Amino acid sequence: MANAATPPSGEKPVARLVKLLFGDPLAAALTLLSAVLILALLPLVQWAFVDAHWTVAAPEDCRAGGACWAFIGAKLRLILFGLYPPQSQWRALTVIALLLTLVLLSLSPRVWGARLLGIWTLGLVVMLLLMRGGLFGLNYVPTSKWGGLPVTLLLAVISLGLAFPFAVLLALGRRSKLPVARGVSVFLIEVVRGLPLVGLLFVAAILLPLFLPPDWTIDKLGRTVAALTIFAAAYLAEVIRGGLQGLPSGQIEASQALGIPYWRMVWHIILPQAVQKVIPPLTNTAIVMVKNTSLVLIVGVFDMLSAARSAATDPMWPAPSKEAYLFVALIYFVICFAIARYSRHLEMGVKARNRT
Amino acid sequence: MNNAIEVRGLNKFYGQYHALKNIDFSVAEKERVVICGPSGSGKSSLIRCINQLEKHDSGDIEVSGIQLDDNVRNLDAVRREAGMVFQHFNLFPHLSVLENCALPQILSRKTPRRQAEARAGEFLDRVHILDQAAKFPGQLSGGQQQRVAIARALCMRPKVMLFDEPTSALDPEMIREVLDVMVTLAEEGMTMVVVTHEMGFARQVADRVVYMEAGMVVETASPEQFFTAARNERSQRFLSKLVTT
Ligand SMILES: Nc1ncnc2c1ncn2[C@@H]1O[C@H](COP(=O)(O)OP(=O)(O)OP(=O)(O)O)[C@@H](O)[C@H]1O
Ligand SMILES: [Mg+2]
Repeated sequence: MANAATPPSGEKPVARLVKLLFGDPLAAALTLLSAVLILALLPLVQWAFVDAHWTVAAPEDCRAGGACWAFIGAKLRLILFGLYPPQSQWRALTVIALLLTLVLLSLSPRVWGARLLGIWTLGLVVMLLLMRGGLFGLNYVPTSKWGGLPVTLLLAVISLGLAFPFAVLLALGRRSKLPVARGVSVFLIEVVRGLPLVGLLFVAAILLPLFLPPDWTIDKLGRTVAALTIFAAAYLAEVIRGGLQGLPSGQIEASQALGIPYWRMVWHIILPQAVQKVIPPLTNTAIVMVKNTSLVLIVGVFDMLSAARSAATDPMWPAPSKEAYLFVALIYFVICFAIARYSRHLEMGVKARNRT
Repeated sequence: MNNAIEVRGLNKFYGQYHALKNIDFSVAEKERVVICGPSGSGKSSLIRCINQLEKHDSGDIEVSGIQLDDNVRNLDAVRREAGMVFQHFNLFPHLSVLENCALPQILSRKTPRRQAEARAGEFLDRVHILDQAAKFPGQLSGGQQQRVAIARALCMRPKVMLFDEPTSALDPEMIREVLDVMVTLAEEGMTMVVVTHEMGFARQVADRVVYMEAGMVVETASPEQFFTAARNERSQRFLSKLVTT
């Protein structure tokens, strides 16, 4: 052991460190760059931790400078739940808990299947009813009062979940031998991909009601979900198509020779393999969609970002918008980072299976 | 008695290319037929028409008395009667070995899972690979994969087994284990159509050798006759090449 630790050349540790940090031009440049970055970050650390106010007696105490984390504590409910009636916020919290539970239950690929899909559908219906109320003595909360984290999470999960089957149809259609199916799929995918999401949201939330008969009141949140779904479907379709392209024709031939009906083959043989091949881009789309939900604030849907913005406008507090945004950014980061780690874990599983 | 397979006047085109020319071909029940011939002669096309992995352009195909026509029901029925083994195994890589054999029964015959798994185990045992049931195809050797593929096809209880060059993608040392399984299958009385260049196998189990060239059946003979005194000049040339290479 002692032998292994001693470098053969007998260099001193200091000399080795210098060599490690400045050994070649690239290393030297990186070392300098890191030093500059660390120095530049020092004031931020000072602001965020050293001078920070974690608890204050009154909002005025935050005037002294430094981060006002006490503000987050005071406004936590507003940021997390928006305008949802405070006495019913336990329902919104339950929805978050339910969603997390379902996610945790679904982590292992071994439990994936039709039954899990059923559980998710049921779970989402329960969550929506819980948010809405008007049943079992729960007071009714219109969707215009929904807000914060539950809205962000529900928008992301529901739009991605609804988009997936459409994406599969579009991807299969795009590879179909039938010219009509292919044409329609290509047209839909390209049109939607050519539109910015903001435009799609405007059309769904603001323009659509102008064209529909006045007694046709589809909920604004519902229309927003529809726009997000359409958008996600176009992107997911292209990702899934990539997975289908790599699939050897022998897989389909073997399924046919075994007499497996078409849609069962799609569900049990083709999709699992196609999806396995495109886990990284699929993750990418999922993460982008989670963050895209924040765009709904421009059509007046009260997601977490909108809630944080409105919390930050409270004149009682001295301009706490930095803290509010950082807090929301942290929540987004945690969600997206978790998705990324999870997809990494799935990929390792796939790799392990294909190796001896 | 009905023939297991009855093909009459079969024509197949790939675009302009005439791949099968007026083929007549029949296989009696429990008969073992080996098809051989040079590359591109239409061997694969013929057996792929029998279970309609390729659509034919004209002619009649009958499997176990079921006529292949535009009726989708009949197509499904024929595919249930005919099991197929491919050159490149075509196992489902995302499913375990056991699941490869069990799931197709559940999907195409609606067999209850418990029963499907039991049968999968039974046939995996028959091809001597039950101990690998929990592994994934990517973790097996080629010979093992092909034996799983045979078990998977047998799980569907086919009346006829179609083999398309089952050993030609294998390393030489693995060919024997697959052929052994096929010989056993033949001894048990399975009706088999085998495209192969394994002439030892043909000699051992075939009741008949069919020689194809340029989309036509050129010669049909018993193995002894075919190997000792091929009548047709073209099959003679093919055989002499096989011996020298
Ligand atoms: N999908 C296809 N499209 C176009 N041509 C094809 C197709 N499949 C086969 N062919 C052609 O049809 C002819 C017969 O092919 P087939 O695969 O039946 O031959 P084979 O006897 O099985 O040959 P091999 O020993 O190489 O497998 C060949 O000339 C081939 O190029
Ligand atoms: Mg072939």
